Amino acid sequence: MDNRTEKKREQKPLTGSFRADGKPLDIFEYEQAGGYEALRKAVKSMTPRDVQEEVKSSNLRGRGGAGFPTGQKWSFVPTGEGAPIPRYIAANADEMEPGTFKDRILMENSPHMLIEGMALAAYATGAEHAYIFLRGEYVTAARALEGALAQAYEKNYLGKNVLGSGFSLEMHLHLSAGRYMCGEETGLLNSLEGKRAMPRAKPPYPQVSGFMGKPTVVNNVETLCNVPHIIRNGAAWFKSLSLGQDGGTKIYGASGRVKRPGAWELPMGTTIREILEVHAGGMRDGYKFRGLIPGGASTEFLIEEHLDLAMDFDSLQPAGSRMGTGTMIILDDRTCPVGMQISLQSFFARESCGWCTPCREGLPWIVHTLNSIEDGKGEMEDMDLLLDQARLLAPGHTFCALAPGAAEPLMSGVKYFREDFERHIREKRCPWPME
Amino acid sequence: MLSEKELAEVEKELAHYEKRKAGCIGALKAVQKHRGWISDECLKDIAQYLEMTPDELDNVATFYSSIYRRPVGRHVIFICDSVSCYTVGYRELLRHLSERLQIKPGQTTSDGRFTLLPAACLGVCEKAPALMIDEDVHGNLEPPEKVDEILERYK
Repeated sequence: MDNRTEKKREQKPLTGSFRADGKPLDIFEYEQAGGYEALRKAVKSMTPRDVQEEVKSSNLRGRGGAGFPTGQKWSFVPTGEGAPIPRYIAANADEMEPGTFKDRILMENSPHMLIEGMALAAYATGAEHAYIFLRGEYVTAARALEGALAQAYEKNYLGKNVLGSGFSLEMHLHLSAGRYMCGEETGLLNSLEGKRAMPRAKPPYPQVSGFMGKPTVVNNVETLCNVPHIIRNGAAWFKSLSLGQDGGTKIYGASGRVKRPGAWELPMGTTIREILEVHAGGMRDGYKFRGLIPGGASTEFLIEEHLDLAMDFDSLQPAGSRMGTGTMIILDDRTCPVGMQISLQSFFARESCGWCTPCREGLPWIVHTLNSIEDGKGEMEDMDLLLDQARLLAPGHTFCALAPGAAEPLMSGVKYFREDFERHIREKRCPWPME
Repeated sequence: MLSEKELAEVEKELAHYEKRKAGCIGALKAVQKHRGWISDECLKDIAQYLEMTPDELDNVATFYSSIYRRPVGRHVIFICDSVSCYTVGYRELLRHLSERLQIKPGQTTSDGRFTLLPAACLGVCEKAPALMIDEDVHGNLEPPEKVDEILERYK
């Protein structure tokens, strides 16, 4: 590794100020680490357009998985005279993508960073109301955020006339009641309105017609946490943190049979191999690597030959996968690839909202077929059936990305581990029986 | 009938939303905290208070996994069955829990102490396999016998 990369690796704007004991930074500690300087700078000396432009040129892309350029997302919000009001900001803190735990770490350790990021997003888009849409299971994060919100109001970083600037912002923590669909941005908006979290047809996009039919920006927690650093240190600095085209650092994670499962803030574009072998410590003794899903349940499997690819938004595309949330799940040689697939597909089947037929009907059928194979009752034709079903889940057949997301690990899983599936069928049993 | 305390907590939830209906999930959760679950009777009372029809509110209540429309035990165990936990001992943990408590997911122990429910990824994959009892997350439950001592804390 050259010196340049080594230097970049030392920069950890998101996690560098965390307390060693895992408690949340209070407002004084956060301010001491440079917190709220960006908000002060923005409301005192920048126009909302300036803030948007800075974020645009930083190449910050959405960290929820889709990688949409954040500044561009904001720019679709109608502003100026006659534009609809009120406008809203929602932080998507409904982290329920299996294998993903990065936003939880940010909120538990540095709740003010999210609040400041949301305040900047609100200032940039002229929003007066902000909601943190948090999954109910994140109890520790909820306590940290509640405390931080009270402190931020007290110091007038939130509320009326923020820091005497004339800009006002009300922020509220919404605790969800558990459903993966709430993480889909239009599902989230429906849930925030007190409805079932069904997806909405797009267009219109939320930036034009979102919460209560008003312009709304929905951003992921990690995305928003990057914004204060961009405004404080500049777009050029942010871009310089990365090893590739996308700006910034990324919180990567690894779970499964590795020596040190966890999450690490590293330069965007760090290779899969480095994350797996250096930071996660490689495979646990007695386990061999077989494959991984790079960024949450709804991304495609990758295998040994892909380990030197960079984890960023574009580099995994040639291998037919994508970075997703950047938190990888490892398949080892002692875990049955069919069983793992059953776990994945059962999740999607259970969490489907039932709105679109291929998702509602197809996913239980896929789970049923996989269970037959796992139980030694499968037939060779089932392999085609699985792939046919996966094709029916493709983008364009459903309102939202849940079904296409389910197809990603299914098609790639069959592609890379077909021999294991067929062995179940030939031997009429699972070759990985439970001990 | 909703108690005064319940009504006060429901009002607190509604305060953050322009329309009363929008606060219905918070309202359901607030009342459930007191009663353990949402009975038909209770659902009707909340619906009336929010100026919704009972069906309209039930439509929402039945969608979300932490709103209970059937009685649950004194403590609810959510066992994570998502993929990270699956690869590091979820099945062994489930088998152990089921044998020890003599219940399957979806059931309540005969003494009304525990209800066992499946949960989507709890977001603590670095500590897999994991489960959540009431509001507490417990991780690194491998071997599964580690859960025995934890269960003792919930009477």
